[in-house]
Amino acid sequence: MTIGLQSVAALRRPRVLPIYFGVLVFLLYLPLAVLLLFSFNAGTSLSFPMQNLTLHWYQRLFDSPEVLRAARNSMVVALSSGTAATLLGTAVALLLTRFRFRGESFLFALAMLPLVVPVVVLAVALLVLFLAIGIDRSLLTVAIGHTVVALPFVVLIVTARLAGFDRDLEDAAMDLGAHYPKVIAMIILPLIAPAVISAWMVAFTVSLDEFALALFLAGNDATFPVYLFSQLRFASRLPVMIALAVLLMVATLALVLLAEWIRRRGHRNVTDTR
Amino acid sequence: MHPRRATFWALYLLPVGWVGLFFLVPLVLMFALSFRADMQGELLGLWRPTLDQYEAIFAIGSYWRLLAISIGMAFIVALMAVAMAYPVAYFLVFRAGRAAGLCLVILMIPFWTSFLLRVMSWKFLLGSEGVINSFLTYIHAIAQPLGGLLYSRNAVVITLVYVWIPFAALPIYAALQRIDSEMLESASDLGARPWASFWAVTFPLSLPGVLASFFMVFIPTVGEYVTPLLIGGSRGSMFGNIIQDFFTKAANWPRGAALSMVMLAVTLVLVAIAARLVNLRRLLE
Repeated sequence: MTIGLQSVAALRRPRVLPIYFGVLVFLLYLPLAVLLLFSFNAGTSLSFPMQNLTLHWYQRLFDSPEVLRAARNSMVVALSSGTAATLLGTAVALLLTRFRFRGESFLFALAMLPLVVPVVVLAVALLVLFLAIGIDRSLLTVAIGHTVVALPFVVLIVTARLAGFDRDLEDAAMDLGAHYPKVIAMIILPLIAPAVISAWMVAFTVSLDEFALALFLAGNDATFPVYLFSQLRFASRLPVMIALAVLLMVATLALVLLAEWIRRRGHRNVTDTR
Repeated sequence: MHPRRATFWALYLLPVGWVGLFFLVPLVLMFALSFRADMQGELLGLWRPTLDQYEAIFAIGSYWRLLAISIGMAFIVALMAVAMAYPVAYFLVFRAGRAAGLCLVILMIPFWTSFLLRVMSWKFLLGSEGVINSFLTYIHAIAQPLGGLLYSRNAVVITLVYVWIPFAALPIYAALQRIDSEMLESASDLGARPWASFWAVTFPLSLPGVLASFFMVFIPTVGEYVTPLLIGGSRGSMFGNIIQDFFTKAANWPRGAALSMVMLAVTLVLVAIAARLVNLRRLLE
């Protein structure tokens, strides 16, 4: 940063911004910290004074088949919808960056629309569709819904990546007589692999966390957030739920950080080879 | 067929078919459903289209009041989230220096933890026997638990602002990063004081990011139904909640469908306004 920039940016009290950032981060983490704290509390109610510290709730978690089933369901839905959304979204990203055709902006708009349509409207609309074509609500219907909401994220991430490197290699391969499908498979896909993996992880996380659609589309077999919601009524179940939520939070976080790390590493590799 | 054209169709058909079937068709079905008089008969059967639902909606003032309230709440939430996120983005770009990357990760972590969990944590914080009340009673700051923290529109607004702040910081951060430092230097060389150069140079240049951030919070918040469901109770409900009610408890799907169309129309108008003010594709590059 240059000296001129710093002197311009300097407010009269230069400490104000760091303090503001610190306070805001503290407030952002406070509710989560409270949850974490009370997951070790022996009492069943979330109120002060706290009882003894315990790992009891984490133990109870693994004795409860419904909880584990809900967590497993969420995994199945997130794996399948994440994979489907990544395949579809990567195809859209290739179309948007490597082909010129009429309706290009229509395709972009179509792929982005799920971001802006109110989730409650999409949820009830899908509910009506599945009823109309006679598909019972199940994990499959949830996964289909999640594919639609995760698609824009995949398109954005992969498009950004495809727009970011030049096409010399592709052109060279074409000049040497390679067919375009081969160019995609041998050159483009390996180059965008980090972005595709990171998009898959984002789609996976979006699905794992999604509640608004799943509440309408899950049948008797609930995903974890839906199950969590259904258990909120029972105060005695709360500590176990919080323990599970904390575990899920840690797992999601690890995945997101991993995705970001892969994305950045891939980015660095490409800039290095240039 | 030219091989490149074959590749085009191979890539084109599946995504467009998928989004068509599971996104456009459902919305068209809802549109059709909104012209039904009642729930009699087959879902896909033929019926005589009627404007009954829309007439009923226009006649019932409470729907419009709730719609106005929801838009107002979303507006306040977006405004507060942007106002609170701006100094954070400014700090990250101009002050954090080498720690900027780390600070950004620290800021974003809460956004990537479970949405339901973050909303729920406020329920536990704000409840009459919740963490805040029991803590204040425990340290004898108050004698009686404070009522009305939970189950109100204020609680919904607070929770939503909390949920959106990290996300709102991102477009502003991107816009601030793009500002040419020479502009700021010349402002200071010409003798502008820090505040003056902020309002004359930095803020106008960051405006696209501010607007993007505002709409990225505003638009989804208008259609929010989960947070009011958990935090708002009956007094804090939003427009999305009546749609939900008509498809669950009340089981009047045509009315719910018509209300969904109203909500969709409002959203699309907002998107159109946003698209005029912000060039989304340019912001992504």
